[in-house]
Amino acid sequence: MKKSKVSLPRKSITHMLFLLLSLCCVIPILYVLSASFTSEQGISENGYTLIPSIFSTEAYEYVLASPESLLTSYAITITVTLIGTTLSLLLTSMLAYAISRRDFPLHRKLSFLVFFCMLFNGGMVPSYILITKYYHLNDTLMALILPYTIVPWNVFLMRSFFTDLPQSLLDSAKLDGCSEIGTFFRIAVPISKPAFATVGLFIAFAYWNDWWLSMMYTTKTELVSLQYYLYRIMNSIEFLTSSLASNVTVNTSLLPSATARMALCVLAAGPMLLIFPFFQKYFVKGLTVGAVKE
Amino acid sequence: MLKKTRKWDLFFMALPGLLFLAAFHYAPLFMGWLIPFKKIDYAKGILGSDWCGFDNFKFYFQSQDAFRTTRNTLVLNFLFIFTTLLLAVILALLLFQLGKKSVKVYQTALFMPYFISWVVASYILYALISPEGGALTQGSSRNLYAAPLAWPWILLGCYLWKNIGYMTLLFYASLLSIDSSLFEAAAIDGATRIQQMTRIAVPHMKPVIIMMALLQIGKIFYADFGMFYFLTKNAGALYGTTDVIDTYVFRALRITGDIGMSSAVGLYQAIVGFLLVLISNLLVKKSNPDYALF
Repeated sequence: MKKSKVSLPRKSITHMLFLLLSLCCVIPILYVLSASFTSEQGISENGYTLIPSIFSTEAYEYVLASPESLLTSYAITITVTLIGTTLSLLLTSMLAYAISRRDFPLHRKLSFLVFFCMLFNGGMVPSYILITKYYHLNDTLMALILPYTIVPWNVFLMRSFFTDLPQSLLDSAKLDGCSEIGTFFRIAVPISKPAFATVGLFIAFAYWNDWWLSMMYTTKTELVSLQYYLYRIMNSIEFLTSSLASNVTVNTSLLPSATARMALCVLAAGPMLLIFPFFQKYFVKGLTVGAVKE
Repeated sequence: MLKKTRKWDLFFMALPGLLFLAAFHYAPLFMGWLIPFKKIDYAKGILGSDWCGFDNFKFYFQSQDAFRTTRNTLVLNFLFIFTTLLLAVILALLLFQLGKKSVKVYQTALFMPYFISWVVASYILYALISPEGGALTQGSSRNLYAAPLAWPWILLGCYLWKNIGYMTLLFYASLLSIDSSLFEAAAIDGATRIQQMTRIAVPHMKPVIIMMALLQIGKIFYADFGMFYFLTKNAGALYGTTDVIDTYVFRALRITGDIGMSSAVGLYQAIVGFLLVLISNLLVKKSNPDYALF
């Protein structure tokens, strides 16, 4: 067996290395979590610590006391993520499936059309002008969804997966009289779970983590996505106080501003970070990349 | 060969995706060639606006910012790409030595930062290096948000933190497709672990490594906007080492509303990036045509 060849000390050194790297990846996140449960006084006296120096939930109480803006942002982000992921996954997989089929005469040309976009892009300004002046999407929910619907890299990942599917399986479905679309939905989709889980997760995170579209294409406060909301709070203490405590006059120096930001950060990133470990059993299979040209 | 109706079936499956590609990738691409040469007047429309030659380009290239932003973009991106690829290959090889169970654990930890947005990452970084009690900077009076020379390394650290897990897993996935009997045969012939890696595993990964390198070189002129904008908190004191083409264009567009210059710089990015890919691809093609992108 090949694994037995690795000597034990060498293996434990490798384990130590990965353990260390894993800690480096996770510990910074824990600092934010800890800060969100520390009192403002604790931060100003002891700085940011891995374990709350003075435990307190005041930051969460403060943030959740007038949660309207936060809830609006949550609603926007959840809606966008749900609609966006469904639409994007459907269109991406259908496109990828069609161009993965070598018996489809256009597969080479269309593949090139998709991959060319990975190398050459129009940039920020033309997209901005098109979306606002020609498609008139500014200040609509669609502006937060449509621009990310087809991402060439995702098409590429999916195509790589579909290319490796056993051709005989697809052929037999066709012999049984299944249409192309039927073959796709009944045969290709069910056996491609890893690809759908992996790419679907990437798409979901792209929508969940998006601040760019919100920043570029919306001015209305009711269309502010969660990440953009976070950014604006980071950017100005005024925005924090005005959005959270607009109805009360308070001494701003007493507000838990540092810890409230960290609490918002946890509320914004937390839910999705808890979801992703459930998908990761599919990751390695779903991440196989093939060649660009066939 | 496919029947005619079947061909159309596949074409119609690809069509919605292709339409999105046309609207959000190809349309901006073509606009990107027009807008820089026009004096945009929305009343006349893009096509009807007057031509203005290379005026928009002159403005950028005659400013001192052109050199600074181009240098920062190129140097930092090169540093990011090279370090990430090298480390990811090494980590993938090391990960390959370990059992699948432990890989799952490390994979979760290493992949987690990939799903954290730069906005949230900016809060995490702030908790670590805040001048007011940052976990890493406690006891030091130095304010890192005013120390430009430290930032290339801070940014490299953040880039690796976020992306290394993804890249490692991408390479690890390609290693899993190696027929394990190859390693067994090599072991019987007396190949050491290291020889097995350098003679079997690395050559097997080579196409994926080269493809990722080529794709990233195509983007070497595009900076990860969110990273540079949020992590540095857009601090003017740091522009010397952190202002990249994308942040510069964004400010030009957002603050001065300079569409002409922003689009000219966008085209400059696209053309140089594309030329770099063409050249690298040609070099790859010369040494081994199979590895070239196109």
